[in-house]
Amino acid sequence: MVRVLRHYGIEPEFPGDQTCCGQPAFNAGFRGEARQVALHFLSVFEDSEAVISPSGSCVAMVREYYPELFNDDEKLRARFHDLGHRTWEFSQYLTDVLGVTEFPGRISASLTWHDCCHSLRALGVREGPRKLLGSLDGAEFRELEKCDECCGFGGLFSVKFDEVSSRMLERKLDCVENSGADNLVATDCSCLMHMDGGLRNRGSRVQTRHLAEVLADALDTDANKPDGSSAS
Amino acid sequence: MKPVTDQFHRLARQALNNDSLRTALSRAVVSFESARVDAIDSMPDWEDMRNHGHEIKKRAVDNLPVALETFEKQVRSRGGQVHYCETGADARDTILSIIRSHKGSRVIKAKSMVSEEIGLNAYLEDAGLGVLEGDLGEYIIQLAGETPSHLLAPAIHKSREEVAELFHKHLGSSPDADIPEMTDVARRTLREAFLNSDIGISGGNFAVAETGTIVLLENEGNIRMATTIPKVHIALLGIEKLVPRMTDLATMLRLLVRSATGQHVTCYTSFISAARTAGEGDGPEELHVVFLDAGRSGVWVDPASRDALKCIRCAACLNFCPVYGSVGGHAYGWVYPGPIGSVITPHFVGIEKAGQLPQASSLCGRCSEVCPVKIPIHDMLLDLRARSVESGGARFHERLSMKIFAWLASSPRLWRVLMAPGRPLYRVAVRMRLVKLPVGPLGKWSRSRELPLAGAPAFRDWWMDHGRGNQL
Repeated sequence: MVRVLRHYGIEPEFPGDQTCCGQPAFNAGFRGEARQVALHFLSVFEDSEAVISPSGSCVAMVREYYPELFNDDEKLRARFHDLGHRTWEFSQYLTDVLGVTEFPGRISASLTWHDCCHSLRALGVREGPRKLLGSLDGAEFRELEKCDECCGFGGLFSVKFDEVSSRMLERKLDCVENSGADNLVATDCSCLMHMDGGLRNRGSRVQTRHLAEVLADALDTDANKPDGSSAS
Repeated sequence: MKPVTDQFHRLARQALNNDSLRTALSRAVVSFESARVDAIDSMPDWEDMRNHGHEIKKRAVDNLPVALETFEKQVRSRGGQVHYCETGADARDTILSIIRSHKGSRVIKAKSMVSEEIGLNAYLEDAGLGVLEGDLGEYIIQLAGETPSHLLAPAIHKSREEVAELFHKHLGSSPDADIPEMTDVARRTLREAFLNSDIGISGGNFAVAETGTIVLLENEGNIRMATTIPKVHIALLGIEKLVPRMTDLATMLRLLVRSATGQHVTCYTSFISAARTAGEGDGPEELHVVFLDAGRSGVWVDPASRDALKCIRCAACLNFCPVYGSVGGHAYGWVYPGPIGSVITPHFVGIEKAGQLPQASSLCGRCSEVCPVKIPIHDMLLDLRARSVESGGARFHERLSMKIFAWLASSPRLWRVLMAPGRPLYRVAVRMRLVKLPVGPLGKWSRSRELPLAGAPAFRDWWMDHGRGNQL
């Protein structure tokens, strides 16, 4: 992600005090605990121009639910609301803020795309990453059947309802393998972690990759790097 | 119907191990899904229509007391009777006394989830009446002695092979009968019952306040017969079924039918405003509308829950839910399954009994996305989870671990200190396959998934070398 942002002349910072967005507590119904973590997030990121994350689910937490957690405090709510407007899922930052429609670079691989639930439904990420992947030289894009169906992760859901979650994962991975693609790409680390675990468990040859990794690789193999820099 | 909503884990496991259920569900859900997608693709203004539907139901629900009064006045003005029942027991008694007052003995039913909710069939049978389900799916379930597992397709959990076996046993059709043969056998049996029943009991998809009209949608024609042939028609509805005006149906019918079956219009749409009036050739002699509360007014007074009363029971949220698609409807342990069931059931049977249901969701949000009246279902599940925690529903170890998590996640130095050795230790545990031992939540988790390898170096360490000013 850093590599790609640098390609567009953006030098990111990494505040070392960052921890977690608090979604595990929020989703489990522990709103007081989620508020505590949200306040820490605010103290770390409030001064940032933009906050960019490789996980749509965390971004959805910040954008959608942080303000709601502070419904009883108008000032804090406004601050969270403001921060939410500056918090971006990685691909959406590329397409909607930087206006990238075609990505320079080449990659020789067949790719398929899983729409992560929160990126898709809470943030509206759908066409952007498909366009980016489709524009890579040498990439063979294959649409995934049931691309918008949940992989079954859902955080603690996959622990509390392990067997139901496993069946959902199985349904998902059947589609992934049927797509014939060698690489399953998505934009949310936790969904990727879940699907990767399932694919390795069934001994599949399909590799899981985050969109940022694919784009960074494409830059590295691009013979005509516009910025002239080497890989990092 | 007695809820077993605290048994989700057990019932879900049973369902997951049932291969025939898996086949039946996957066949049916796929066809429901694709039909809806096609129907909606043909409507460019679908989103506007959803907004409109949401507004209509909001108006109806917000003005529910007035709408009910208006409806009642209209029905009474044409000689119909309206009964309000606070509990399921009240509704059962009301219905039985109507039947007794007509000396009825044979009841034919059109499909009604509310009747399942109050356990009507068993009650009437215990009172010595003959009760037959007129809807094909309900009839299958009745023969099998089961309960519906879907709002529209009660027998969705049964494969056609199982139905053929059931019909062979009860109705004498051939053991490998195809669908036309089975339909034919059922039709012959049911037709006889329609002609010989003295009481018809239906539900209702909508109740139009302005005109006092009950609207019923179906594809089989059984509702038309059950509400026309017997001398008494009893319509049993939840109080949330009201819409303000007849013109609202232009939107509501399109939303419901497309979301439910993907059709543009159902084969039969009945508008019932009165019993047979002078000069009419058919219809019952009496019309009774029984409105059931049974927890609905409690939902109504709760601002965070009121949206649940907007539901028009289209079942799109079931058809598109990957959890429902995996475990089917019986795992939810009561009448209303799927995402909307997990929202309303805790209100009707108590959160302490149904607290597992709102947890049984990955919160993927597909339910809210497909809801034709824009009920924020997954947000309501989150709200119910929070309520459950507030009312002491969380277990001690969960409360403790969340407290520790929040404390660590808001103490950055501690977080870093613990993460630094935690990562290599975790890597060792994964390499040595310690986490694959069949104990604890990670052991269970890793039966069907390998744990992540956690790449080295950690991003934090990488950043030390490659961060601002340090890039290669």
